[in-house]
Amino acid sequence: MLSRTADNLYWLARYVERAEYLARILEVTQRLATLPIAYGGETNEWESAVATAGCTGAFSTQYSEANEETVTEFLCFSTANPSSIRNCFELARTNARAVRTALTMEMWDAINGTWLQLKRFGNGPTSREEFMRFLRWVQEASLRFDGRAYRTMLRNDAYWFSRLGLYQERADNTARILDVKFHLLLPTNERIGGPLDYFQWAAILRSVSALTAYHWVYKESVKPWLIADLLILKDEMPRSLASCYGNLVQNLDYIAQAYGRQGPAQRQARAIRTRLQNRRMEEIFQQGLHEFIGEFISSNNRLDSAITEQYLM
Amino acid sequence: MADVFDEMTGADGSIRPPYGELSRWLSEIPPEVLDHRRREAELIFQRIGITFAVYGETDSQERLIPFDVVPRILAAAEWGFVCRGLEQRVKAINAYIGDVYGRREILKAGVIPEDLVFQNPVFRPEMNGQKVPHDIYVHIAGIDIIRVDASTFYVLEDNARTPSGVSYMLENREIMLRLFPELFSRHRVAPVENYPNELLATLKSVAPATASSDPTVVLLTPGIYNSAYYEHSFLADKLGVELVEGRDLFVKDETVYMRTTQGPQRVDVIYRRVDDDFLDPLAFRPDSALGAPGVMSAYQAGNVTLANAVGTGIADDKAVYSYMPAIVKFYLGEEPLLNNVPTWRCREEDHLAYVLDRLEELVVKEVHGSGGYGMLIGPRADKAQIEAFRTKLKSSPKNFIAQPTLALSTVPTCVEEGIAPRHVDLRPFVLVGRDCVRIVPGGLTRVALKKGSLVVNSSQGGGTKDTWVLDT
Repeated sequence: MLSRTADNLYWLARYVERAEYLARILEVTQRLATLPIAYGGETNEWESAVATAGCTGAFSTQYSEANEETVTEFLCFSTANPSSIRNCFELARTNARAVRTALTMEMWDAINGTWLQLKRFGNGPTSREEFMRFLRWVQEASLRFDGRAYRTMLRNDAYWFSRLGLYQERADNTARILDVKFHLLLPTNERIGGPLDYFQWAAILRSVSALTAYHWVYKESVKPWLIADLLILKDEMPRSLASCYGNLVQNLDYIAQAYGRQGPAQRQARAIRTRLQNRRMEEIFQQGLHEFIGEFISSNNRLDSAITEQYLM
Repeated sequence: MADVFDEMTGADGSIRPPYGELSRWLSEIPPEVLDHRRREAELIFQRIGITFAVYGETDSQERLIPFDVVPRILAAAEWGFVCRGLEQRVKAINAYIGDVYGRREILKAGVIPEDLVFQNPVFRPEMNGQKVPHDIYVHIAGIDIIRVDASTFYVLEDNARTPSGVSYMLENREIMLRLFPELFSRHRVAPVENYPNELLATLKSVAPATASSDPTVVLLTPGIYNSAYYEHSFLADKLGVELVEGRDLFVKDETVYMRTTQGPQRVDVIYRRVDDDFLDPLAFRPDSALGAPGVMSAYQAGNVTLANAVGTGIADDKAVYSYMPAIVKFYLGEEPLLNNVPTWRCREEDHLAYVLDRLEELVVKEVHGSGGYGMLIGPRADKAQIEAFRTKLKSSPKNFIAQPTLALSTVPTCVEEGIAPRHVDLRPFVLVGRDCVRIVPGGLTRVALKKGSLVVNSSQGGGTKDTWVLDT
């Protein structure tokens, strides 16, 4: 397979996943922002949404204040933000167009259809109801694309590279949301677990669609360290770092097997997975969650570079 | 202008035999059903993303070419005749290009003026004395044909560089099969779906001698911003070959490789849809980012086949076109089966005088133009346009040829007021391999959707139709 084709497949999956993640963050933000002050605390939800999306820098060069209007525009429809939902779908389609021959008709149909429908939303929603519909639509577009890829693609290198992109992006997203939320909610070792916090913690779970899963796994009220446990260490949770790395290792192994050669990408992915497998939550909290996540994000980025060097260029 | 020949209703008002069933069907089918199918076809096209870009338009990056659901039909005997003519013409074209870059006998014999070749910007001195595998220069040709009466077909234009449109031939047929199965069951339509198979066989047959027994073929595209990108990806998919851009290729030891996830892989045949100018920045335009540096050196070393060869423009230039009948006679010793449209070369004084006298009745074309740009259609132009063109013509007569305004044949077409005749042309595709010439029965029929219009180019509002060659 052409290196460029693999690169396009990898980024196609990443952009679709990113669009879905942004839509989830915004849905949760919208929900929190409508809570009475007494339940929502003092934090600016919109500012935190921008931080979770990882684009505080780019945002502040264009806007002076983070509020519903500016953040919605920036994260959803802005053409100046390279990672806005609109640009994610634009870039996803550009990548798809460049590798049409490697996609199934169903996948192309999903991504091209999404791109065509995107125009319907113009430059932004005219009401909150429409905005919520838009966010739902984005998530469905991503699910549709992912489902079609899963159901129709040959299980060969094209499929594995697109999975690598998906899990890379997902691991990055989960790590960011944990980092920002815990940073905001646990500035020091304050007492936690008051009724006010419940909605904030539940919101994290909601943004990775894990609220129900949490109750099934822990059969407990919502507690920060259990949330961290679920999203970092639980293999059975599809958006957890452990699960993402299980999948990254597996797909890299498929590629190595097909090509008859292991490389730095395989070794690095395995090392990260092993680190996740050998940790316990108490240790991570003692060491400092922020430091742990920070270290994870950089090693995740290093894996991205290793994959790029080994296969995509 | 002469009487217009309609391919369904002959001059005497009776339905011509190949159109018997279609005519009955058209009279039976309720207009709203036809209209519904037409919209369905449009949706399908949009969903699969068969688009093209129009140069010079900034707002609409991608557009659909309108598709007309009424097929254009040729009888087996008509097609047989066209085929023989195509094969003859393409053989002559290949002999001519080999001669121009080789012994130059046609120039020595004075059949074609030397300056027409040597001063032509599409002439490639790099090709002088260059051997090409199996002496084939044009592997894929698209010959534009028009029809003026029951027995006369003219060649309007030869496309010997990177002819496009074959994806429409294939997709139009797929859509017709989906929308009108009952209409097919009432005809015996020769299939076209084997075109990619024939193309691959052709490309593999011309691999260089140094290639392995199973040569690696790639399709080289300028990239997603090219107007024909859809076709490039479509064909690569059907051929099962990699769709590469210049940056995917590199040259080492005069051999071409592509960058793959498993390291470099040797490339033997490049079906290139990139123009000569942009093919190799080391040999041609140094500012080109579309090509692959060094490809020309690998080509000259005989380690890779380019299809089509470099420098084939010297055969499809509009100024050379007028010499095609002489070219056929010179190399094959035969009379051309397919005639040229009568053409005046403005480079010749008496021709120029004739043309200047009759600008309001002639079509004048730029020698290097394409896509229907930069031409004057005398009968449709106003005084000011004619005078402006006259000035251009006088200042550089060499750049122009003129032809009579021909009455292209018409075919029933679905338009707003119902079914009405519209002018069409036909682009069949000719494949030349080491072993044989292959022509799939059909081609791309382009239709001028505006009433009375003779310009079928998609960039000027033309549409396409499925082309049926009846088997019996």
